[in-house]
Amino acid sequence: MNVRTIYALVLRYLYLYSRTPMRLIELVFWPVVDLMVWGYLTKFLQENSEANFASFLVFLIGGMILWDVLFRAQQGVAISFLEDVWTRNLLNIFVAPVRTHEYVAATFAIGFLRILVTMVVLCSIAAMAYQFNIFTLEWNLIPFFLNLLVFGWSLGMISTALILRWGQAVESLAWAVPFFIQPLVAVFYPVSKLPEWLQPIALCFPATHVFEGMREVLNPEIAHLSLERVAWAVGTNIIFMTIAALIFGGLLRVTRNKGLLTKFATQ
Amino acid sequence: MQCAFLLTPMADQDILLEATDLTRVFDGITVLDRFSFKLQRGEVLGLLGANGAGKTTAMNMLLGLTTPTSGSINAFGVDMFRNRVEVLKRVNFSSAYTSLPSNLKVWQNLKVFSLIYGVKDYKRKMTELLELFEISDLRNRVNGHLSAGESTRVNLCKALLNDPELLLLDEPTASLDPDIADKVRKTIRKVQAERKISILYTSHNMRDIEEVCDRVIFLHKGKVVAEGTPTQILEQSQQSSLEDVFIKIARSGDVEES
Repeated sequence: MNVRTIYALVLRYLYLYSRTPMRLIELVFWPVVDLMVWGYLTKFLQENSEANFASFLVFLIGGMILWDVLFRAQQGVAISFLEDVWTRNLLNIFVAPVRTHEYVAATFAIGFLRILVTMVVLCSIAAMAYQFNIFTLEWNLIPFFLNLLVFGWSLGMISTALILRWGQAVESLAWAVPFFIQPLVAVFYPVSKLPEWLQPIALCFPATHVFEGMREVLNPEIAHLSLERVAWAVGTNIIFMTIAALIFGGLLRVTRNKGLLTKFATQ
Repeated sequence: MQCAFLLTPMADQDILLEATDLTRVFDGITVLDRFSFKLQRGEVLGLLGANGAGKTTAMNMLLGLTTPTSGSINAFGVDMFRNRVEVLKRVNFSSAYTSLPSNLKVWQNLKVFSLIYGVKDYKRKMTELLELFEISDLRNRVNGHLSAGESTRVNLCKALLNDPELLLLDEPTASLDPDIADKVRKTIRKVQAERKISILYTSHNMRDIEEVCDRVIFLHKGKVVAEGTPTQILEQSQQSSLEDVFIKIARSGDVEES
């Protein structure tokens, strides 16, 4: 693993973002819109309902911010790859002395940087508009953040592999893949609200354990994170990352074997 | 189909790149059929053929982008596919069909690739190359705002950053006006002569081939149909220009007079 190569690939994105501020707006615009619309809607329901909405707002805001960690990590990987396709730079990268794992590591780093930007903005708005302090989660934030980051990377690798294999026709997967699993990973509601037959499937995803864990920590009646939840999240993450690496490596090989890489890169 | 000329035997130490029986079959269609050639150190070899002749497939294999159905590629004495990254450190590539990221400045793009190729003292190297191609004034221009001629020359700067021993050029003068194309050809020839770079060159512009290449290989339907120096091929085919040879091969698949 050559750190200089990874730095060069990341530098390209830092240049890109510094040259085109619109890209930064894209990083914060939709998350802020979501946060404001759903946050104020929940606040409205909270104030006009007989039901006990006490924890709903914090669950929702916490869920939204943590969901964005996963989504931005996945986007970092998939969009970095697509940037090379859109700028017809992919061939230059693939014929340069860049190892596949160095390329992937650079996209991971970009995903991480994207999250930092989005998180700072979202956490600040959540604190100002809803008095929601993400640091209420204290040290639990670390396993939540890391597990969602790694799971986002895995989804990013799978999205990229599918785009590599099937070309720009499936480019929308770069945005769609996380939403395929969103209903299952219990971002805004507990797993127990899913149909019984879906619950075991939901628990196969690392993100499900993170969001369940977040609600446990934010619920004053429980207020702690069980080690079992963390263990499940880490274990399922290892499985997902392995599967993602196998899919990526396998489809890259197929792409090379079928000569699709050049066609795709020069379209 | 018989090859018009055979290579003069080369001493092993002179051979930088050797392709042996490269064959590529896509969906039952053979696009490259037992293609073999050797490229000497410091030699410029033109790879010619009509669209679909197999030259892009061959080029892609040489760059490690496509795997052959059978056959092997040996570069710098090692197997290309087993030592892809090590080989690519000593190779570079420029194509009319790729570009550097359009949103970055020329200098930023060259810096990124300098780091990727591990170029020492990259600032000096980048300055030197921009001067060589007479585009020093473009260093702070955004790549996407460059003309085709400027963009081609920036691509060539990128292709020379690592002082490659082997350079693969895919139609480097496509879409350039005659003046810029002439400048590009002359600069490529000058750099090649000074640094003894081996070049594999594809082009549909026969003027490029005549001016730049020491030796050419004509491909037709994936097979080598003629090989030799431009002069040898003209003599053999009894045509007045390589363009006529190209047309003849593209239409009949044979270099020999009927």
